[in-house]
Amino acid sequence: MKLQIPNPGLEERIPSHAELEELEEVQARGRPQWDNKAQYMLTCVGFCVGLGNVWRFPYLCQSHGGGAFMIPFLLLLVLEGVPLLHLEFAIGQRLRKASVGVWRSINPYLVGVGISSTLVSYMVGMYYNTIIAWVMWYFFNSFQDPLPWSQCPVNENRTGLVSECARSSPVDYFWYRKTLNTSTKIEDSGGLQWWMVICLIAAWMVLWVCCIRGIETTGKAVYITSTLPYVVLTIFLIRGLTLKGSMNGIKFLFTPDLNELLNPATWLDAGAQVFYSFSLAFGGLISFSSYNSVHNNCEQDAVTISIINGFTSIYAAIVIYSIIGFRATERFDDCLSGNIVALLNAFHLPEGNITESNYNEVLQSLNSTSPEIIQALSLKTCDMQALLSQGVEGTGLAFIVFTEAITKMPISPLWAMLFFIMLFCLGLSTMFGSVEGVVMPLQDLNVFPKTWPKEALTGIVCLASFAIALIFTQRSGEYWLALFDSFAGSIPLLIIAFCEMIAVCYIYGIDRFNKDIEFMIGHKPNIFWQATWRVISPLIVLVIFLFYLVSTATKELTYIAWNPESDNFPMLETMFYPGWIYVIIFILSGVPALIIPLVAVYKYLWKSCCRSDNTHKKSISTVSAHIHMDMELKKSLPKKSSDVTATCAGLA
Amino acid sequence: MWVWIVCLLTAAPALAEPLCSKEVCDNYGYKVRISIKTALGDKAYEWNESEMFLFRATVAFAMRRYTSDETYNVSDIVVCNKTARVSFWFLVTSPANTAQLVPRGQVEAAVRLSRNRINSAFLLTDQTLQFVGILPTLAPPISYDTPPWLIVFGVVMGVVCAGIITLLLSTLLKRTRSKKNLLETEEEEDRRGSITANGRLCESLREKDPGRGHPDDVHLSKL
Repeated sequence: MKLQIPNPGLEERIPSHAELEELEEVQARGRPQWDNKAQYMLTCVGFCVGLGNVWRFPYLCQSHGGGAFMIPFLLLLVLEGVPLLHLEFAIGQRLRKASVGVWRSINPYLVGVGISSTLVSYMVGMYYNTIIAWVMWYFFNSFQDPLPWSQCPVNENRTGLVSECARSSPVDYFWYRKTLNTSTKIEDSGGLQWWMVICLIAAWMVLWVCCIRGIETTGKAVYITSTLPYVVLTIFLIRGLTLKGSMNGIKFLFTPDLNELLNPATWLDAGAQVFYSFSLAFGGLISFSSYNSVHNNCEQDAVTISIINGFTSIYAAIVIYSIIGFRATERFDDCLSGNIVALLNAFHLPEGNITESNYNEVLQSLNSTSPEIIQALSLKTCDMQALLSQGVEGTGLAFIVFTEAITKMPISPLWAMLFFIMLFCLGLSTMFGSVEGVVMPLQDLNVFPKTWPKEALTGIVCLASFAIALIFTQRSGEYWLALFDSFAGSIPLLIIAFCEMIAVCYIYGIDRFNKDIEFMIGHKPNIFWQATWRVISPLIVLVIFLFYLVSTATKELTYIAWNPESDNFPMLETMFYPGWIYVIIFILSGVPALIIPLVAVYKYLWKSCCRSDNTHKKSISTVSAHIHMDMELKKSLPKKSSDVTATCAGLA
Repeated sequence: MWVWIVCLLTAAPALAEPLCSKEVCDNYGYKVRISIKTALGDKAYEWNESEMFLFRATVAFAMRRYTSDETYNVSDIVVCNKTARVSFWFLVTSPANTAQLVPRGQVEAAVRLSRNRINSAFLLTDQTLQFVGILPTLAPPISYDTPPWLIVFGVVMGVVCAGIITLLLSTLLKRTRSKKNLLETEEEEDRRGSITANGRLCESLREKDPGRGHPDDVHLSKL
């Protein structure tokens, strides 16, 4: 006895199995196609594997009990990630439309789900490409030796280093001052920074040239953008393992703390990481899958891509932490040698008397004999554990911690170039999916006239995104980006994913869906898929959503700011958001979420008041009708050939 | 009695403040700290009296270079309070009058002028041959005419723009070519006459596009 919400008219909106077979033979009319399976797989892998695999997962892994984090991560990967992925692939392949078209076919009241995912793709794409602009800026600056973030600049009268830099560190200074030129709070907009604007232009133009003809061009670009990160990660792994202290980092990463499994935050973070890591609910995956041939094995694809994604996360974590271990060891050594020199100077001992091995005993003996001198020296405490767990996620990892580690390696510019080209490729391949998730639904919604070429569509989308993304090139841009990151891509996606599962299982009908999959891949989905699609995955997504909602609503909204005049400098200062921020948060989180019910209500009202128009709008979805409609579109071309071709195709 | 007076006169300077006292050193001397092992590691040499002699000679050289007329000698450089760290204080006395000490400011200026030469005599750097109180002059930052990042940016943008223009041009060319093809087909039809059996025209069309559907139409339909 399966729950099924009544859904009249479904048969007319979707192509039947027989029609799909015919579409196969007539070589995918009008819709673009993948050149080969490898392109499709590389595009999906590129979309799923992104910056989060490199800079979010390693941090979560280390902070939630190391090796023990694998258990919730892998478990939720199987129960939440794989089923959702399979669902999106299957529904896209079956209904052969982008996200808006798919949900409209299932039920016209569900168009809001598609519009919501388009909106989220758009907003996430805006700030994600700004991160790529930052990566490009660092990449451009890697072509010099010494690297600009390896040393502090000298002040005007050449007596010392610039104060802001001397008090923090060269990498901090380069990031906060030279790159962002950050203001002290989000209200100080500070104007656009020209170097950031031109980097942003470069980022959007590179994206446009890759997406200019849709999958025709992205399909070629992914051969490089999806494979290069793995090559670079391997190079860094080999380099990292040969550096001193790398094993410290890896041990720190994987040391299991099974007590963390009892902490609910661990499970929630694992669930959220799996969900966001798979780029679900953006609409891009549905769109990519719709270009496949009807009998493509989407089940196998979903499992393969999930395995690749999980493996990439773990692999990247090993690489990152080997380098982090190296950096921590270097810092520890520097700290210790600084203390040793101070002791030697104060007690006039010959060099070599105090080494790393006897430091502690010597310090103790000196402390017992002359504690006042030791006090006056104010020696720093050198703690390896603290150094290893220093804020290593997000932009902090890429632009501060990792860049510092690179400056300590020989041939630094080479490693910097490789690292940033890897981040660039990871980000760009995710952006392909994002752009796809915006352009195709807009086409489905007929926002643009059908005569406009694909190049114009992608160009307009890129231009519109660039125009709004100029916010992030202001002096306060980083704070805006953190705001977008927290609110634009978190809660709405969970709602969309939940709605997707309910729509497919209960509105489209799980029976029909099972039959579709049997038609497409040859066997019915087994009990695992049934259980996860109908109960387990929606439940997990619901729990994560409720937790996020409660935690966001209850906590005070603060952000961290870089303020050279603050007391705790160089620690970042915690600031409160101004009042008008709530309007922005509502636009980012609330609007995509509310669009789903609002569009349904609007459609209902429109339908009930304009009933008479509905009767003749029954579209006949057959192959010959499509041909006829195409021919109608070509009215501008000479009529004779069009009439004849229609008859010829009918004969064939 | 004359002997007593001579003795008093010669002993007078000796009875005055001794050179290596703390007050004299603070007012007229500089502390030097040398870290040979840190700088040279395995190739470190031992610090002995000969090295000290070289040090005094280089400081005398620095004073000569700075003043450029007064002939300072090794004997004019006084070294005090040597420790095992290898650190010591040094003072400079005037060559004309050994009782008169050269002021700190002049010593500092002289050392700063010849810092490089002093460092290279000992194969050390500003940090390992440390004059406590004399700040090292920092190297001027490397300044480029065009920042290197701008050059790389220019190259990347050039490639991207070339790519965009190529792709847009190829689309335009395809469109004009397909329009030309359709116009040609129409002309052919006109030549063959308006009333034609469907079969013959179908054949002519089929010859053009053998069996693959209509690839041009795919691009034109813009889906």
